[in-house]
Amino acid sequence: MREIQLKAPPAGRGIPRHPALWRGGELARMAQPGVASGFAELDAALPGGGWPVAALTELMPAHEGIGELRLLGGALAALARKGQHLAWIAPPHLPYAPALAAAGIRLGQLLVVRTKTVQETLWATEQALRSNACGAVLAWPAPGIDYTQLRRLQVAAEGSRALAFLFRPPAASQQASPAVLRLLLDTDRGGLAVTVAKRRGAPLTHPVLIPALGFRLPRVASATAAATPSPIITSPNTPHALDRHPPAAAAA
Amino acid sequence: MRWIAIHLPQLPLEVFLRGTPAPEPFAVADSRGFIIACDRKAALRGIVRGMAAPAALALAARLVVRPRDPAAETEAVLGVAAWAAQFTPAVSIALPDGVLLDVEGSLQLFGGMGNIIAALQSGLADMGFSATLAVAPTPLAAAWSALVAVSTPAASATPVTAAGAASARATGKPPLECERRRVGGPHGAIPAAVHALEPPQLEAVVAALPLVVLQGTPGIDADALEALRGLGIATLGQVQALPRDGVARRFGQLLLDTLDRSCGRLPDPRTPFRLPERFHAGIELPFEVTQAEALLFAARRLLVQLAGFLAARASGVQRIAVRLIHRDAVTEVPIGMVAPSRDSAHFALLLRERLASLANSASLREPVRSITVSAGDIVPLAGERLGLFADDAVDAIAPGSWEKLIERLRARLGTQAVLGLAAADEHRPERASISAEPDTGQPRPSQLSLRLPQEALPPGERPFWLLEEPRPLRELASVPHHEGPLELLAGPERIETGWWDAGEIARDYFVARSPERSLLWIYRERKALDAEAGWYLHGIFA
Repeated sequence: MREIQLKAPPAGRGIPRHPALWRGGELARMAQPGVASGFAELDAALPGGGWPVAALTELMPAHEGIGELRLLGGALAALARKGQHLAWIAPPHLPYAPALAAAGIRLGQLLVVRTKTVQETLWATEQALRSNACGAVLAWPAPGIDYTQLRRLQVAAEGSRALAFLFRPPAASQQASPAVLRLLLDTDRGGLAVTVAKRRGAPLTHPVLIPALGFRLPRVASATAAATPSPIITSPNTPHALDRHPPAAAAA
Repeated sequence: MRWIAIHLPQLPLEVFLRGTPAPEPFAVADSRGFIIACDRKAALRGIVRGMAAPAALALAARLVVRPRDPAAETEAVLGVAAWAAQFTPAVSIALPDGVLLDVEGSLQLFGGMGNIIAALQSGLADMGFSATLAVAPTPLAAAWSALVAVSTPAASATPVTAAGAASARATGKPPLECERRRVGGPHGAIPAAVHALEPPQLEAVVAALPLVVLQGTPGIDADALEALRGLGIATLGQVQALPRDGVARRFGQLLLDTLDRSCGRLPDPRTPFRLPERFHAGIELPFEVTQAEALLFAARRLLVQLAGFLAARASGVQRIAVRLIHRDAVTEVPIGMVAPSRDSAHFALLLRERLASLANSASLREPVRSITVSAGDIVPLAGERLGLFADDAVDAIAPGSWEKLIERLRARLGTQAVLGLAAADEHRPERASISAEPDTGQPRPSQLSLRLPQEALPPGERPFWLLEEPRPLRELASVPHHEGPLELLAGPERIETGWWDAGEIARDYFVARSPERSLLWIYRERKALDAEAGWYLHGIFA
């Protein structure tokens, strides 16, 4: 079957441009500009030029730790600079303050909420969105929430002017969701491959590759590693004063 | 001078019933056993004022009769006066059941008499009182007009009260021209006569008042009133038509002075009511409740009173102590806030969350007999500052909404569950990130570390996530394993510190990549003991 490709009609022919008309191939025009993510490739693929304001965004990383938070770091730092508050609801581990401070997020404006049940997580997320006091709300709900609960969060997000991010397992991409933006994250050749599963406007067929997430490697590596970040393994056979067993333990 | 008189005709009944609606007919009896007030259910059964209690019980077998509680009535009047002080500082009490406000100086601030009257009516209804209001240039004229406006022959659903029955007997005609507004009390709508008396009309209006308004005035005893009635006098106008020296000789100068004061010919200074320093109010629940919603209903009356008291003092509170009194025990429900506030709706929201979490525990199994609200630490709280330009309002967060969000989350999830973060001046990674109060960033009192300034950050990359407990990793062929062999990307960063307390660490930190391509922060423990040496996973670079 032949692939059907959408092409813009040649200039001067076809339907003239008009703000009320949407052509099939273009991104939706958003009422509010989005918050720039800091990665040009991603901003070009998102309607509004950034993360959608007053709407729900779902992020589904293939594994924990491939860079899902660093993807948001730029937007969160920009919001914190403007004096807006951030709320993190039910994070899976402890947020580490020096790392957040190094990323530019002002710690005084961050709120971390620990919940015990999924109901509490959803309630807290809804309250944070409805209060209209936060610039961004990040939530890690337990897997297994359904469409109605997501719809409630979407409605709560629409009433506020916050960015709302939900982190869900990759299996959730099979379910329907009312979120306006759904991204699947995976690693690819050392960078991050962002598959836009859902966005307002024309669908995106190929993933967006973000080559580097701004991750700088520590400079305290030893002299041999200064040139290239080659792996340095300290072999356990290297003698070190602390490795030696104290004689008392051997004698006992 | 514009005096607003608030008269609470149902006060003996409402001190019992404003907290909960009564499931059974309810009546209040005086010390001799005669009914002085009853609610709508009892009135429908035919119970009227003046009936003996046994006769009333014969009419309604399930009638609940309580003796009158003058102490609670006085406390209620004081509570209303404290609440009404937010409209004007010139508040005075007219016991047993009235409050007088001089609002001449407040008309400009509140935008006219209509706004003040509307606010008074809605506030009194929120607090559970049915009230009549009247406006006049002198306090006595206002108080008497409010007294008389209680019941008119046209109002059929009016329950029976002392003044109402007497005035209905004294004058058969409806009182003065007035504009009627209903103040919905919980016991049926009572028409509230609100009228503004201009000074020229004052004389005419006072003249039309019936003689019964003089009952209870100090210095004029019942014998004098009986004597006047015996003379065929029914209204104050007729009293004023009598020769003044004769009235002074037979009934005392005080009667004439009172009439002069009501018409404005003599000054009538009133002692202003002084606001108490602390707030304490309670509602007795004659029908014991166990439902959290019903408790919230009663508590909301008191929270409105608290909000008015705080507005009168231009203050806010950060801690409210709500006490639920059972038969043998007392349950304390403290409500704490991050920032001082005087928003009664916000208080009610926080209390609802607390009561909901209490309802799951055993404390509410016992029925609650009374509920009290007290607030001791009153802090000055200025009003909100509004922005001058329109676009300021669009982008700006409503002031206080961040604190309200924190309080709301804490009310339901607990104070320990909602915290902020602060970075401490520590090389040990597990101690470098501490929880703190969200808005100010001050570390919690249990943490002794100093706060790290924003500029002095640790060298080397730090992960966004830190595991609560470092997870030991298997080591195969001198390569650490976590879901597969880990590839070390960068390191080592050696951290050896903490020899001065029990938390000494000696670790080499590495950045590693797992087979699923996620970046991890692992370390190799260099302590001498075998059980602890080895590789651990400490953080995840998200």
